[in-house]
Amino acid sequence: MSKFKKQKKEMPAMNTASLPDIVFMLLFFFMVTTTMRETTLQIDAPRLPTATEIKKLEHKSLVTTIYVGKAKDKKYGGSYNRIQLNDKIATSDDVPAFIINARTKVSEAEVPFMTTSLKADKEANVGTIMDIRMKLRDVNALKLSYSVNKGAN
Amino acid sequence: MARRGNPEINAGSMADIAFLLLIFFLVTTTMNVDSGISKKLSEKPPKDYVPPIIKKKNIFEVNINRNNELLVEGERMEVKDLKDAAVKFIDNGGGEGKVDGGVATGPCTYCKGEKSESSSDHPNKAIISVQSDRGTEYGVYIQVQNELLKAYRELRNRLCKERYGITFTELEKNYKDNKSDEALKKKVEDIKKAYPQIISDAEPTS
Repeated sequence: MSKFKKQKKEMPAMNTASLPDIVFMLLFFFMVTTTMRETTLQIDAPRLPTATEIKKLEHKSLVTTIYVGKAKDKKYGGSYNRIQLNDKIATSDDVPAFIINARTKVSEAEVPFMTTSLKADKEANVGTIMDIRMKLRDVNALKLSYSVNKGAN
Repeated sequence: MARRGNPEINAGSMADIAFLLLIFFLVTTTMNVDSGISKKLSEKPPKDYVPPIIKKKNIFEVNINRNNELLVEGERMEVKDLKDAAVKFIDNGGGEGKVDGGVATGPCTYCKGEKSESSSDHPNKAIISVQSDRGTEYGVYIQVQNELLKAYRELRNRLCKERYGITFTELEKNYKDNKSDEALKKKVEDIKKAYPQIISDAEPTS
């Protein structure tokens, strides 16, 4: 009888030694999947127009983004028509070089699938957008996406 | 003195530190999906390119002036009425369709429009031309494009519902989930061919 009574012990504390491992695993997952914004915006974050008929952009590595909006730096004035390519404020004449540079980063077979995403402020002028379009056409970058917010129907 | 081994480092707070980092990354991660109105630009025409002559009635003219006002087929219009006007124009079906690869498509059998003489012949001939001013606001321009796309969406959904029992939006989604399905692909292309999106951007006025 006494043999069994001896076994009546307190419940042992749960072993939490593997908890850091689990948490680290999650941590690494998020560290790897997080993409920090590569370019710092030189313009005020564009207030995108709203639309309903939208398509999602796939293959992020094949997307080049052009920003249009008001420059943060006062010396460029208060107009909403400043174009930002990479980290610099540029003009539409610099667009072809920018696209060609972006093309060098992907394999040749993928070039026709490259998309240009235009993130323009809703107060930008159509003239600026058209200038960019003309330049894109000159270098045969024909897939264009006007970035918008998804609106309610 | 009794020599003791090094005491173990207390790893109890390790989890706390890791959690802290984890939460930081969770908060800063933005899984934003970029989305937008996609547009395929036309290729640069060769120097000696002569644009084909298109009948006036097959062109639906939308003008946006620098004050963001809309002029549709010579009349002032509000953006909200644009969709219905475009639907009416595209779906008119007043004549013969274009000759596609030597095969005449004939009159539009699925159109439900007025079959008016003075409006478009066939959805595959109907061209929507958007002309804007250089000073037009981009937001308004996008709104107009959106309304026009909505018109096409509405017509495609209607036709798709009649032919296949589901809306075109659903059909496209099904196809996206299952790209290798040839039957679905055929259906999508069939609808797209019945109502092709022909929206052209004219050179902006300055």
